[in-house]
Amino acid sequence: MSEITYLEAIREALFEEMARDENVFCLGEDIGAYGGAFKVTDGLMAKYGEERVIDTPISEAAIIGAAAGAAHMGMRPVCEMQFIDFISTGYDMLTNYVATARYRAMLPCPMVVRGPSGGYVRGGPFHSQNPEAAFLHTPGLKIVYPATASDAKGLMKSAIRDEDCVLYFEHKYLYRRIKETMPAGDHLTPIGKARVAREGRDVSVITYAATVWKALEAAEQVEKEDGLSVEVIDLRTLLPMDDEAIIATVKKTNRVLIVHEDTRTGGVAGEITARINETAFEWLDAPVLRVTAADVPLPYSPPLEDYVLPQTSDIVLALRKLAAY
Amino acid sequence: MARSGGAAPSAAKTRGDAGRVPGLSREQKVELYYYMRLTRSLEERLVNLYRQTKVVGGLFRSLGQEADAVGSAYALDRSKGDILSPLIRNLGSMLVQGARPDEIIRQYMAKGDSPTRGRELNIHYGDLVRGFIGQISHLGDMVPVMAGVTLSFKMRKQNRVGLVYVGDGATSTGAFHEGINFAAVQRCPLVVVVENNGYAYSTPLRKQTAAKQLIDKAIGYGIAGEQADGNDVVATYEATRRAVDRARAGGGVTLVELMTYRRKGHAEHDNQSYVPSGEIDRWAGENDPVDRYVERLMSDGFQESELSAVDKRVTDEIDAATDAAEASPMPEPTDALVGIYADPPAERPLWFREGVKSAVEVHERPSSWGTHDV
Repeated sequence: MSEITYLEAIREALFEEMARDENVFCLGEDIGAYGGAFKVTDGLMAKYGEERVIDTPISEAAIIGAAAGAAHMGMRPVCEMQFIDFISTGYDMLTNYVATARYRAMLPCPMVVRGPSGGYVRGGPFHSQNPEAAFLHTPGLKIVYPATASDAKGLMKSAIRDEDCVLYFEHKYLYRRIKETMPAGDHLTPIGKARVAREGRDVSVITYAATVWKALEAAEQVEKEDGLSVEVIDLRTLLPMDDEAIIATVKKTNRVLIVHEDTRTGGVAGEITARINETAFEWLDAPVLRVTAADVPLPYSPPLEDYVLPQTSDIVLALRKLAAY
Repeated sequence: MARSGGAAPSAAKTRGDAGRVPGLSREQKVELYYYMRLTRSLEERLVNLYRQTKVVGGLFRSLGQEADAVGSAYALDRSKGDILSPLIRNLGSMLVQGARPDEIIRQYMAKGDSPTRGRELNIHYGDLVRGFIGQISHLGDMVPVMAGVTLSFKMRKQNRVGLVYVGDGATSTGAFHEGINFAAVQRCPLVVVVENNGYAYSTPLRKQTAAKQLIDKAIGYGIAGEQADGNDVVATYEATRRAVDRARAGGGVTLVELMTYRRKGHAEHDNQSYVPSGEIDRWAGENDPVDRYVERLMSDGFQESELSAVDKRVTDEIDAATDAAEASPMPEPTDALVGIYADPPAERPLWFREGVKSAVEVHERPSSWGTHDV
């Protein structure tokens, strides 16, 4: 088996799931004939036809709303947001209609909303966003955000098979930068389960998506330079959050750094910190620290973007501070 | 004449073009009367329950609009699996699809065995088997959803049609536009009924749109349009039936505008201070859909005894439904944590609710909704 990229892993999952279940179909802007802005859906229309790979008008609310309606009827729609930044125009449909449907009306919405997310790509304020925290606050949705190619595939397949709506964030910085050989067979990554990306004893980094790789780089560096043993937890799923994995690493290292690329205030890190505080306060030897983006819209110019987003050096600094506390 | 495509310069519409729709049988004509009478009487019963403070939330009436809801829904074919999504003044359409009075009363009374187990209000509920999907409060949102429902009909090559109701106010929303445009492009078997009752809460149509009539919007979407007198149940049925037949035949989406009038306020609390004096009385006196239909049936040779038998049946059904609903239990508080997801099946109680069965001893009920100016 040869290695494939993170992007190809997502595509492979779509091909496999569409072959496995005729109820699976894709809809989104420019996903069919063109194959999508990043070519994630390239070749899907040629294989499965216009009926199952639908080029839609520029209408995120209609894409998400129509997916919900089709899902009620037993279909398994996979919606593409051309950039995840545009999911905000479908926010009402997702949070008010889709997320509440099972609870208020006993009407399941088994559907996936996926899209290229994240920065480090000079995309500016509207092609770089990480809007996961806007949805973390909505009961009824699930959120996954893979960091590896095999999880990209396994989580997509699990998301399509899940009985509820899964928001699938895919990091465009990782699309073509990482490669991996896919596990053999019907590879599923469980939703709701974090992964230990690196075992360690002294300090824990809890993170997800592209910053998993920055955390791993920082861990290497402080191991070499400071002799620190750093554990890196890749959450993979943000909702429902894997409390067990979070608490396990707190109890193991007693020092926790939370890293994410999204802005700071009201972000995922704040939620994780609160959970640790409520359930494992006595296990901490230091305050929980956060390395996140600054609270600004993400700017375009490289010196600006690099200043705003978390870098490996920021994580190194934070790890040293925690170790010395 | 009905028309598809966007080439003609004027509004696409038909009026009173009844020839192409199969005529209604005698039984069907009585059935239409039954559903209209059931709608009106059930709402009157709900008013009584509201005044007894047994209805927990707001109460929404469709007084004067019973014909448009009943006549349009009657154009669907339940035996083929057609599905509709009602709005707040379409109780009648749900009854046509098989919603039961006891369910409606249980919903309003927030009972634990109501269709939504006390989670949702009033007529916000659905049943895919009987063919109706509950609305949410965000107006226009059901248009994209029903676009998706009917997209699935098309993808599976099923001979089914969907119908979605919006009010005149919802035509101003983005969701309405996105949904109807999406369905038009995909040629979904969807009928979009705009129930033009003149007001969205307190806002009159002239402040809602600069369009001369809402059916004109069909041209922009490249779809067919139908307009009918919504207070004439037969005209409503015929116009909607043409749209349903068109959808089933692969002719795509139709925008049906039903002209009617909202005689009660947005909800029971609303004192309608914004309505010009005399307007409501004029509609009540001259254009009541039930009165009009009774007159029509009489001139068609129906006997008063036939209609009073229907009235008796309606009263009996509502009495039985009220008794059943009043005897129903309220929900168990902890059921609030069940069924947000398939997996996990329930949320864990928060630490301060561990082992707690009920949060308070007395459940306060606000005296009324909204403006409190009744």
